[in-house]
Amino acid sequence: MTRLPQLVCPAGSLPALKAAVDNGADTVYVGFKNATNARNFAGLNFTDAQLAEGIRYAQSKKREVLIAINTYAQAGRVQEWHASIDRAASLGADAVILADLGLLAYAHKTHPDLKLHLSVQGSATNFEAINLAHEAFGIRRAVLPRVLTLPQVEYVINNTPVEIETFGFGSLCVMAEGRCILSSYATGQSPNTHGVCSPAAFVRWDNQGKTMNARLNGILIDRFEDGEPAGYPTLCKGRFAVLGETYYALEEPVSLNVLAILPELIRIGVAAIKVEGRQRSPAYVAEVTRTLRAALDAAGNADFQVKPQWSTALDKVSEGHQQTLGAYSRPWK
Amino acid sequence: MTMKLTLGPLLYYWPRQQTLDFYAAAANWPVDVVYLGEVVCGRRHELRDADWLALAEELTTAGKEVVIASQALLESSSDLNGLKRLAEKGGRLEANDLGAVKVARDLGIPFVAGPHLNIYNGQTLDWLAEQGAVRWVPPLEAGKAALAAILAEKTCTVETEVFAHGRLPLAFSARCFTARHYNLKKDSCEFRCLNHPDGLPINTREGQDFLRINGTQTQSAACHSLWGALSQLQGMNLDLLRISPQAHYTGEIVAAFAAALAENTAPADFAQWNPEGLVNGYWHGNAGIKLEEETT
Repeated sequence: MTRLPQLVCPAGSLPALKAAVDNGADTVYVGFKNATNARNFAGLNFTDAQLAEGIRYAQSKKREVLIAINTYAQAGRVQEWHASIDRAASLGADAVILADLGLLAYAHKTHPDLKLHLSVQGSATNFEAINLAHEAFGIRRAVLPRVLTLPQVEYVINNTPVEIETFGFGSLCVMAEGRCILSSYATGQSPNTHGVCSPAAFVRWDNQGKTMNARLNGILIDRFEDGEPAGYPTLCKGRFAVLGETYYALEEPVSLNVLAILPELIRIGVAAIKVEGRQRSPAYVAEVTRTLRAALDAAGNADFQVKPQWSTALDKVSEGHQQTLGAYSRPWK
Repeated sequence: MTMKLTLGPLLYYWPRQQTLDFYAAAANWPVDVVYLGEVVCGRRHELRDADWLALAEELTTAGKEVVIASQALLESSSDLNGLKRLAEKGGRLEANDLGAVKVARDLGIPFVAGPHLNIYNGQTLDWLAEQGAVRWVPPLEAGKAALAAILAEKTCTVETEVFAHGRLPLAFSARCFTARHYNLKKDSCEFRCLNHPDGLPINTREGQDFLRINGTQTQSAACHSLWGALSQLQGMNLDLLRISPQAHYTGEIVAAFAAALAENTAPADFAQWNPEGLVNGYWHGNAGIKLEEETT
């Protein structure tokens, strides 16, 4: 029988972690309550006590917990990131997910038994990059940015000993992760420096008659007419004018959904499939985990077809209620 | 210590002759280092490898240090092979991707750790120096305080080059936004970037200049400039200042920086060469789009 990829699900809280485990995640990834991870949102993430309980819960059911420490350590405060790595090791995390080269060097040297994954924020899109991190830091797995086609993913897999994890569902970054500072250009805070993108503290909704303006640090990202569903002003997903034409100049609000190509991902040897969304609710985690678990279990069969109820379930929780295969299929290529 | 000026890699796609003319002129500009090569899109071939290498030779003869810059997003096997070919023949490399670091390290080529390698602390810089980095360019979003902190933390000896003037390359994608604008597919884009030598401005629906489309790259609409901060830069133990090419006035801007560094008279109206506006928020640790008065 074909070996199925691990299903890697997000958790921003202990209830979400339990929901992921109970609904069939092989692995759950989490973060500490600080700037060391790329979902540094108020009210989200884990204290040490919560994490200890979460790890106990997952490991008692033979599941794994990964801790994302995937922002870039800011000079003068590097100790915060080192301390987080030390805590992850002492809590018994199954691996840590890192992006910063200096932190990879620290973790490799200080905790030689701690498994290291290269975060998507590390922007490794080619096998040379991944193999360098493997040689230098002994990384076991790399998460690929959402910019590669299926043949490109396969080419990477065929040229590296490192396990490859790809995104399977969730909000879609159209830019190469770790190579985008649009957010700090508008607000001063970016995923690399603060673990946030288009942060909520800078969002302002202002009503002009029947029009709703969505602003980020005062910059008009989108404008919604009466009755139009208003989306969060993620700045790459706004409507702007280029040469007088107003449209989604960079990307529509849309979610990635790879259900249709699961057999292909399995065939080319993807080791793990990741769900985005540590900022989402336990209910979201439960729904998405349950659906992807069912789809993955079916995907090893020759007669695999995407079931309508899976699509319906995922559609309900998709950004803008739209889904795409993203770079994997590249309709725009 | 006097800071040297460098001419950063050309980020736009210009017709062949315009590119050759630009570098012919640059041979006479007061820059010590010239970065060559295509950093944005693997489909841009007005200049082939042989052309870049010929330019490298001419500029070296003119007394410039030449560095071949890698693409910031190395996706395909042809991207990687192209880089290896240039690296083997071109001498120094600017690595804008970890894969490019591997190529330089394996070939034993000293390299410049480019602005897209995400060096936010001293240990990361030290590690890159161990791999062979001899110079680095801080992340574009790192301001004065962040840069000083990294410099204080590092233990290696490397040159520091700051992106001092130009539209900011803020993001890279596999998708081409210029092709998207024209409803074309990336692989049949008709090379529309050639029609936009300074990219395509993106405005908000209130008419505010915001971003700039340059193929697969997204830039700031405005020009980031440390022109007003030169005296601060001079006190920071920096080695080089980078000027990023634009379709017009690059020579004038280089000359103005050179004159200011030599403490000759500064031009009365520096801002005239960037009518799209100047910003410097990143330098002050703020949103990059802001413009702050220098208080030197």
